Amino acid sequence: MSKFLNATLIITLLAVPVFAGGIGRLATPDEVIAWDIDIRPDGLGLPEGSGTVADGETIFDAQCAVCHGDFGEGVDRWPALAGGFDTLTSDRPLKTVGSFWPYLSTVWDYINRAMPFGNAQSLSADEVYALTAYIMYLNEIVDDEDFELSKANFRDLPLGNEANFYPDDRPLTEYPLFTEACMIDCKSSVEISKYASGKDVTPE
Amino acid sequence: MSNKSGPSRRKFLTTGLVAGIAATGARAGAGDPAITNVQPWAQVLGKGVDERGYGMPSPHEAHVLRKSVPWLTAVDTSSINFTPLHQLDGIITPNGLAFERHHSGVAEINPSEYRLMINGLVDRPMVFTLQDLMRFPRHNKVYFLECTANSGMEWRGPQLNGVQFTHGMIHNVMYTGVMLKDILAEAGIKTEGKWLLAEGADAAGLTRSIPMEKVLDDCMIAFKMNGEALRAEQGYPVRLVVPGWEGNMWIKWLRRLEIGDQPWHHREETARYTDLLPSGNARRFTWVMDAKSVITEPSPQAPILHGKGPTVITGIAWSGQGIIPRVDVTIDGGVSWHKARVDGPSLDKSTHRFYFEFDWDGKPLLLQSRAHDTTGYVQPTKDALRKIRGEVSNYHNNGIQTWSVDSDGVVENVEIS
Repeated sequence: MSKFLNATLIITLLAVPVFAGGIGRLATPDEVIAWDIDIRPDGLGLPEGSGTVADGETIFDAQCAVCHGDFGEGVDRWPALAGGFDTLTSDRPLKTVGSFWPYLSTVWDYINRAMPFGNAQSLSADEVYALTAYIMYLNEIVDDEDFELSKANFRDLPLGNEANFYPDDRPLTEYPLFTEACMIDCKSSVEISKYASGKDVTPE
Repeated sequence: MSNKSGPSRRKFLTTGLVAGIAATGARAGAGDPAITNVQPWAQVLGKGVDERGYGMPSPHEAHVLRKSVPWLTAVDTSSINFTPLHQLDGIITPNGLAFERHHSGVAEINPSEYRLMINGLVDRPMVFTLQDLMRFPRHNKVYFLECTANSGMEWRGPQLNGVQFTHGMIHNVMYTGVMLKDILAEAGIKTEGKWLLAEGADAAGLTRSIPMEKVLDDCMIAFKMNGEALRAEQGYPVRLVVPGWEGNMWIKWLRRLEIGDQPWHHREETARYTDLLPSGNARRFTWVMDAKSVITEPSPQAPILHGKGPTVITGIAWSGQGIIPRVDVTIDGGVSWHKARVDGPSLDKSTHRFYFEFDWDGKPLLLQSRAHDTTGYVQPTKDALRKIRGEVSNYHNNGIQTWSVDSDGVVENVEIS
């Protein structure tokens, strides 16, 4: 009897719906809202809100520049967020939001879920819009400090590199080439062409 | 001597006894003192059963450790360490030596507050506790997990002098868990649901999009590794298992599964873990880890110390496409190859252990191994991969590794013509 009452009480207190079908229970709408924070390139998941480049610069200087640099150039080994234009075909490509990232939604989503490093999920939606706008500004996607990014205009200014991504083509471009396995007299001579020694980068 | 062995008088007596026996042994005659002397462990009592509620390796194995490469990353809370492959054998990686990669440090989750949510294009958004998950039918599977960046630092040429660092972003353990499709069935996937977003509960909130075909095929939600609870650094209490696919997708500290009609294109599948080619274009969704092998011993951290004569070469081979039916080994830099002996279980998408025993004449060697998988794919050279992918595409490096052995048995990481 008391066990039954306790069970009823707990369910009432938690105010969660019970799913009679099997294992687990139904999620409440508020629970889904609390955890479903992701957004997609088509804007699905974006909350209401807005922020300007100028707002974003203030937040960036206070919370982001210590790692990413005043102009998004990246301090030490921390990631650069801006620049690197026309470097993707070079020997040392610099893959930034402006030079490489295919979707602006990825910037918003990542800041919102994981930044600032060590204080994740602390920014308001307006602050995330503002920071995203500022990173657009650092990458010369917008040039007006009064530019305001919002849910309404989010898809109006796509990043430039989307068309340069394509699905894994290894089954066509690689796998047919890698099927031979010579066993004897496979080459006439062997020379060492490169050494790791002398580079002095191996930990103790 | 044990610190808990009692009063100092007993310690004094014990120490005296050992010394006395050693002296006696020395008088016993010629021979190896390891044999002719009575060793302390043969004389005095060892620790009792209550000393170690959780057993640890022998103190003599204290040097067997995961290690990082500090210059690789800005900070150790968003970094990686490496499995000491040169000190392991068989196919199972001990839990405490399985490499770690996390993006915002190790989340320490209280299992009583663990929840898994399923939402999105489902009939019923649902929540499961850890106890709920354990009510689904359980399965046991041994799978390798290899980081997309394993051997990435070696792409342009040999750099790190140790198999731990060149190939140690891999582990291979037995998972106990439940099939992802069984859990999703409780929520009911809508017909337009073609993709799954898996999300971690850590401060990185790591997310990856996975196509439904893979989700419903062999993906698991694991709560045990090698029979015991997941280690915190491996996602305790629950991680996703995506067999044969790149490690970044195996979301740790799994908190949420969302069903959608298209991929999310989040950071780890756009800015990272895509493959930039010489054209400036980039491959994305390069999920499968191709067939690969490496000789773990001898290797730079495990030189040949015994001189010429009978010598064992050993290593591991694996493929995200199935089992490894064959591994070849060369000791002359690829002029001639020999079929290695695969020993131990040959399991789908698991590492395989291979051996090649030979009589070393003491002359320099150039060692390589070459894996074959069930699709007929043969592990390529690094040159062959660079010819297609260029000089900067350093993810998914499954090229053949070369170790140069000199006449003293010292081993170096090299590339050959």
